[in-house]
Amino acid sequence: MAHTAAESHAPTHHYTTTGLDNRKVAIWMFIGSECMLFASLISTYLIYKGKNLVGPLPHEAWTNPQTGQVMPAILDIPVTSVSTFVLLMSSLSMVLALAAVENRGKPVPPGLGGRILSSSKLWLFMTCLMGAIFLGFQAYEFTSFVHEGLTIRRNLFGSSFFTLTGFHGAHVTAGVIWLGTLLAIDMKRGLQPKDAVWVDIAALYWHFVDVVWIAIFTLVYLIQ
Amino acid sequence: MATVAASPTYTDSAGSHRTGIMDWLTTVDHKKIGTLYLHTALFFFLVGGVEAVIMRAQLMGPNGTLVSAEVFNQLFTMHGTTMVFLVIMPLSAAFFNFLIPLQIGARDVAFPRLNAFSYWVYLFGGLFITIPIFFNAAPDGGWFAYTPLTGREYSPGQNLNFWVLGIQILGISSLAAAFNFATTIINMRAPGMTLMRMPMFTWMSFVVQWLIILAFPVITIALFFMQFDRFFGTNFYAVSAGADPLLWQHLFWIFGHPEVYILILPAFGLVSEVLPTYSRKPLFGYAVVAYSGILIGFLGFGVWAHHMFAVGMGPIADTVFGVTTMLIAIPTGVKIFNWIFTMWGGSIRFTTAMKFAIALIAMFTIGGISGITHAAPPSDMQQTDTYYIVAHFHYVLYGGAIMGIFAGLYHYFPKWYGRKMDERLGTWHFWLNFIAFNLTFFPMHFAGMLGMPRRIYTYDAGQGWELFNRLSSYGAFLMAPAFLIFLWNFFRSKTRGEVAGDNPWDAATLEWSIPSPPPEYNFAQIPMVTSRYPLWDITHPERMAGIPHSAEGWDDAKQRTGEHVTSGGKHEADVAPMHIESERRSAKELGIPMPNPTIKPLWVAAGILVLFSSLPVMYAGKNMIAFAMMAIGGSMFVGFLYAWLTTPMEDAH
Repeated sequence: MAHTAAESHAPTHHYTTTGLDNRKVAIWMFIGSECMLFASLISTYLIYKGKNLVGPLPHEAWTNPQTGQVMPAILDIPVTSVSTFVLLMSSLSMVLALAAVENRGKPVPPGLGGRILSSSKLWLFMTCLMGAIFLGFQAYEFTSFVHEGLTIRRNLFGSSFFTLTGFHGAHVTAGVIWLGTLLAIDMKRGLQPKDAVWVDIAALYWHFVDVVWIAIFTLVYLIQ
Repeated sequence: MATVAASPTYTDSAGSHRTGIMDWLTTVDHKKIGTLYLHTALFFFLVGGVEAVIMRAQLMGPNGTLVSAEVFNQLFTMHGTTMVFLVIMPLSAAFFNFLIPLQIGARDVAFPRLNAFSYWVYLFGGLFITIPIFFNAAPDGGWFAYTPLTGREYSPGQNLNFWVLGIQILGISSLAAAFNFATTIINMRAPGMTLMRMPMFTWMSFVVQWLIILAFPVITIALFFMQFDRFFGTNFYAVSAGADPLLWQHLFWIFGHPEVYILILPAFGLVSEVLPTYSRKPLFGYAVVAYSGILIGFLGFGVWAHHMFAVGMGPIADTVFGVTTMLIAIPTGVKIFNWIFTMWGGSIRFTTAMKFAIALIAMFTIGGISGITHAAPPSDMQQTDTYYIVAHFHYVLYGGAIMGIFAGLYHYFPKWYGRKMDERLGTWHFWLNFIAFNLTFFPMHFAGMLGMPRRIYTYDAGQGWELFNRLSSYGAFLMAPAFLIFLWNFFRSKTRGEVAGDNPWDAATLEWSIPSPPPEYNFAQIPMVTSRYPLWDITHPERMAGIPHSAEGWDDAKQRTGEHVTSGGKHEADVAPMHIESERRSAKELGIPMPNPTIKPLWVAAGILVLFSSLPVMYAGKNMIAFAMMAIGGSMFVGFLYAWLTTPMEDAH
């Protein structure tokens, strides 16, 4: 009861004009700002598309005039489709993680399914794992591109592609670290519904990073 | 109202257990952070002013030999960069910090520690970009750093590295502050303080935060491209690899034009507070002034290429951007007329603040009209890159932004320090400054029309430029003593000015309903607001005839009338109908929880400084030291950020 008494003194802190938590308002504005960040990166990529003086190229084969060597189109769409699928699925587990934290303290639905669904640790872990798998795919993609002769200095495609997808990868990395920290806190003391806003803003960020990837995958990989 | 006998002071806070320098290094109080911003920006104002005076001394007569071409390049680059990023933006930030929570009836900003972080990042970024001038290595590519001139090929020295990294650091500060203030304005308003009742300064600040949020990421990316080109050999601006040299210009001005409104709108907000107060009339057409501010912000994103008419974008692009640029004159003109109609029929008091506010209206109008002349591409072709442009933007930025900020400083000084600035010295400052300003910049119109290009470090005799340059230089030499009078007045009045009382100007908004300087908690009881000029409802109801009143938004307040326990065990309501608070107590006595002071934001900011400083070291070829610095900076950043986020902001209560 001492706990609830302490909480009842705190309405001054929870009162806001919109009724939303400050952190939630701020993360939406942060996402708005990030939209402009990625819009600049994506526009630059599109502006420089087809302006390369040398290959390798994303969608077309390229013959090196000096060596006569033929380089195939460099983007591997099937492999990236797999990593895209994994990243999209991580949004699902993110939703489940948030729901599990918000519903903590309520009765757990019966059966194994109910217990699985109410495990925030499991879903936070799955989200981190899928994010890490996506990053693994990206590391594989980057190294194989470098082996095929596409570096960040090679041509306009190399500069704009590595910078755009690299910025996205950095965002995924930050997200994995963020969610990993929440997972560690969850394992240490258990996340409670009052902590849900922390998970909520991490989830908004994570979904945003996912949505950006949908744009990148469509504009860079799918549209020739 | 009541005469205040005792000397007002900040240190009324029994809750604060730190003193002296540590108090400033660890503060999370928005008023103190505003004070830090103010003093740092005034320091940089002095630096930028000295740079300007040296330039004017060099250009006073033909074939000047005071400084070399290299040094002159650094001077004009740093003068522009300093005045934009280290003076006007932070002076605005000082007012955002000090005023926004007070004007909306909040006890602090939404994220007090993030606020401290913004300041420290600004300070470190400012030093990072300024200190190289002492080693003859200051940035020298102009304040807009056009590529490919600023690429590694044509600018191989460290100079541009300090610019590109310094602006990046300052961008972090501006963005963090913008998220903070926008959240504060959206979410921390007192009951009844609806959007259409916010003081106009808060309104204009709100628009500015959105401009920062949406424009700064674009320059961030443009800077990353430049940084990657210079440090890692990418091709973003490498024409030899097929890159478009206009990419930088487009990205820069997509940021750069909203930046112009980031600089001017806070000043517009300040004079919109000053004019009604000294005209003893509500602001004319409040809603239209607010809407025109939003429209300026919105249109500001669609005019960037008018900075690029000379690059040959073609007739269609030129026409479109010419038209959008002329459109933006409409909401700006609306504001000018609203200010004039605010004064019309009012009973005006010509205080120093009022003089500066009127000067803004007049001088900004001149700058606006010369702006329209280069909104038309054919006319701009004659003016671009000449001193006519220099005259234009000094009329809008000095005649507009700086005049507005001076108006705000004289107006809000009593609230800030509890004492008035000296009006006699203020009058001297105003007239000297006003005459010197016009003497400096008006002749530049003629020099520009006669074809004198910007950024030249010297010129030959016999081109008809001598007279105008001489006049401009005299003006600059006169502006320096004007600023020194201001500084003398400012620092002297802090301790020796006339004690002001709570509401010395008989103003109408919430910040004037509490003691001067405000107590740490701002409002002992959060006021419930019924109109746009809540204080005049009490002091001057006769001025409020045409102003709508309602109890809108009070329902939410009912939740918070839930009483809270004070340390003495008494119960007190947290909110109360609009009232005047002249009693000064400590937050502890009142039982108001205050955020704890903390040094962690400073250390996180220092981590960022070390991280960014590693890159010039790497550029110099000292890779091992650079990697060590990256490791140290990175761990400082992560470690202190973790410590910050896992420490509760305030003690359990």
